[in-house]
Amino acid sequence: MGENKKIRVATCSLAGCFGCHMSLLDIDEKLLTLLELVEFDRSPLTDIKHCGPCDVGLIEGGVCNAENVHVLKEFRKNCKVLVAVGSCAITGGIPAMRNNIGLWECFQEVYQFEGGLEGGQIPNDPELPLPFDKVHPIYEVVNVDYFLPGCPPPAGAIWKFLTDLLAGREPKLEYEMLHYD
Amino acid sequence: MSNTITIDGQTVPFEEGQTIMDAALAAGVYIPHLCHNPEFTPHGSCKLCTVNVNGRNVASCTMPAVEGQQIANDTAELNAKRLALTQMLFVEGNHFCPFCEKSGNCNLQAVAYHLGMMSPRYNHFYPAREVDATHPDILLDRNRCILCELCVRASRDVDGKEVFGLSGRGIHCKLVVNSASGDLVDTDLAATDKAASVCPTGAIIVKRCGFSVPIGERIFDHKDIGKVQIEAAQREKSHG
Repeated sequence: MGENKKIRVATCSLAGCFGCHMSLLDIDEKLLTLLELVEFDRSPLTDIKHCGPCDVGLIEGGVCNAENVHVLKEFRKNCKVLVAVGSCAITGGIPAMRNNIGLWECFQEVYQFEGGLEGGQIPNDPELPLPFDKVHPIYEVVNVDYFLPGCPPPAGAIWKFLTDLLAGREPKLEYEMLHYD
Repeated sequence: MSNTITIDGQTVPFEEGQTIMDAALAAGVYIPHLCHNPEFTPHGSCKLCTVNVNGRNVASCTMPAVEGQQIANDTAELNAKRLALTQMLFVEGNHFCPFCEKSGNCNLQAVAYHLGMMSPRYNHFYPAREVDATHPDILLDRNRCILCELCVRASRDVDGKEVFGLSGRGIHCKLVVNSASGDLVDTDLAATDKAASVCPTGAIIVKRCGFSVPIGERIFDHKDIGKVQIEAAQREKSHG
């Protein structure tokens, strides 16, 4: 396959832990095969800051602040196929555990009451993204084409999903590859 | 030929008094279900076991088997309805598999796997639900409760204690504990009770048992819930 025919892929982590990205790296030597088929646009692997026109966008993490929404919408606008990768992108996941605790109480607990902190100030730099009172899965904000569940999805599931997608097949996971945990 | 029904073209025998679900399980035909447990009186509330009998949708766990019934079960249309019901259960509560002790052994999760659920699809409610950790041996996490009443039935019919009940209607319906304080610690519920182990989700779990079975060796890690439940029914049958 020629260089100019490579499929362009962008990835990012919103309110996630980068565990799904780690699982992608876990495909090990298949990464070399993958790199013959795709080239990366915005991704932690390239450090490109904004997503350009892409074929596939992989989103890890849910939406917990205003910046997440801007990034997500940029991905949706630029990616032909948008994939929610992992539990946080699909259900809100671990960050959504705070959904029934008030934002102010959360901040107090983390920045004021927790021992060993100096100053006890709640960060309020205008550069910091505005947090939402609840964390949401990405499909509650933009249309999502495919879902790849797991916490994280196993490397094998990511490989199967991507190779199906790149080959133009409808992605299909075997029973043992479909996990919500 | 008498006392047979037809499920998806397969002839299934039944005994007088059996429901469609009973006959199907005995014959090795899986009908997805959550609130039903063959050990207890059918409840008919989750509607996951809905089948089409002679053109009409009914809950197979409560519908008596009657000679000559033509039943559709494993169809794309019915499985789509079951998937939608399951997705609604996921968004109505707070079901976070990654940090749930029941993950891998959970019927709700396993039914979702069986139906190929890739996302909960609907907007999440993220309801505020109470956790009761007062009991020294048992945790009650209402975030994971699907109101199937299996604990209510087990406590009442097997343990003879009537520890649990449902209170309220519609979206306000919740699992309540039968003690003056409303706390689990003030009941005589014991970790060895049927009610402590019957929960199909992680709403009622015995403490200090979580994550004791490693990932890869849990009930549904390699085996579909249909196969697991059919095998359990066959074992029950062979043991009389």
